[in-house]
Amino acid sequence: MDQSSSLKFLGSWADSHTHRVRLALKLKGLVFEYQEEDSANPSSALLLHNPIYKKVPALLHDGRPVVESLVILQYIDETWTDNPIMHADPFERAIVRFWCHFADDKLGPAVGLVFSSAGEGQKAAVDQVHENLKLLERELRDGAFKGRRFFGGDNIGLLDIVLGCGSYWLAVFEEVMEVKLVDPDTFPLFHAWLRDFEEQKEVKETIPPIDKLLEYARGIRQMMLSLSTDTTTATTIGAPATGSTTSNNDAAVEEIGLLQESLVL
Amino acid sequence: MKAVVLLDFWASPFGQRCRIALAEKGVDYEYREENVLGDKSPLLLQSNPVHKKIPVLIHDGKPVCESLIIVQYIDEAWPDRAPLLPADPYSRAQARFWADFVDVKFNECGSRLWKLKGEAQAAAKEEFIGILKLLEGELGDKKYFGGDAFGFVDVALAPFVSWFYSYETCAGFSIEEAAPKVAAWGKRCMERESVANALSHPDKIYEIVGVLKKKFGVE
Repeated sequence: MDQSSSLKFLGSWADSHTHRVRLALKLKGLVFEYQEEDSANPSSALLLHNPIYKKVPALLHDGRPVVESLVILQYIDETWTDNPIMHADPFERAIVRFWCHFADDKLGPAVGLVFSSAGEGQKAAVDQVHENLKLLERELRDGAFKGRRFFGGDNIGLLDIVLGCGSYWLAVFEEVMEVKLVDPDTFPLFHAWLRDFEEQKEVKETIPPIDKLLEYARGIRQMMLSLSTDTTTATTIGAPATGSTTSNNDAAVEEIGLLQESLVL
Repeated sequence: MKAVVLLDFWASPFGQRCRIALAEKGVDYEYREENVLGDKSPLLLQSNPVHKKIPVLIHDGKPVCESLIIVQYIDEAWPDRAPLLPADPYSRAQARFWADFVDVKFNECGSRLWKLKGEAQAAAKEEFIGILKLLEGELGDKKYFGGDAFGFVDVALAPFVSWFYSYETCAGFSIEEAAPKVAAWGKRCMERESVANALSHPDKIYEIVGVLKKKFGVE
């Protein structure tokens, strides 16, 4: 595979959107330079290349920036056309895009809410995650992805990357929060797909070790709990308080907000 | 049922994106009005079981949902004419970025201009003007966001031209003043048959906004 161009990529080690890009670059066999970003303290490079959202990931190809993970993934696929991660068929592409949006707009935020809430609010968030997983399970069983090993078919595709890079948080949250999110009896196909995905060589090289993720998640959960005023009835911990926090708390709350965003699928 | 069916609602800017794209491609289709304020049709529930929302494009019986996904589908299914996305991957990435920006920033903030009152509305107005200036910068001196050719970002934003009057009236500012190039672009879009046929009259949109405001308890 010819790569005569330069690739640099700004990301954060625990951010699932960063993992999506890293995995895609690996699947394409591309060489790149990586720069770690602190989400609470973006570098001048990140602010320059992503002035609107100021977030990772940002891909620089011969110095030209591409941002937003779904945009980056499609850019990578269209620029380096070996080992395609998208099918050529327009209807298949539309279905994949639909479920990628579902992962970002529905499933991801629901999982994030499980992490940032407690009590009744958390129970509702867990129910929401289950509702969303049921929809995916149905597509795997009877719908668009019936009979496939991966969402992309025999090989990992765009939707596998989007759902997979982030689904590892499900196991992490299950342990940290002591909730059941992906019960193999209720979601056998999703569960099987996730195990298969996580066994792939490039995926193992991309996703951080589970004990690092557990430590990270526990740390944030601790910070959230210590900031909340009432842990038994609070439905959302870590939401910025209005005007009543000290300046130390403001910075911490902002950091938690940014970290929360990076945790969602 | 024709080969191409669009389930839609007359005032929906998202449905209008699809109508514009189909018209640009010269695709013959059957338009079906959904009563979004009443019962959803069995066809809609069957075609978009996850979100139960319009627009839905049904092509040879297969449904495609979500307006920007539908527009990309239209572009890819009828690739031989009026390309909406550019050929070059970097330009495509830019087009996808800005179309997403229209949803995530422009429309999201725009809706707060009529949903909110007082200080919150004033803050939304400032934010919206900032968003307009970003679009102004991206458009520059080009005829369209797509360059000389009407493209993906133009399709994404054009339906909101009929909302300009409502934004201005609810929040008290002028889009012409804040972003003159965007305002001029809006007028150029309205000269295109595909856009003029799809969009609702600004007065009709203002009426709809009035209904929505009552629903949200803002008056």
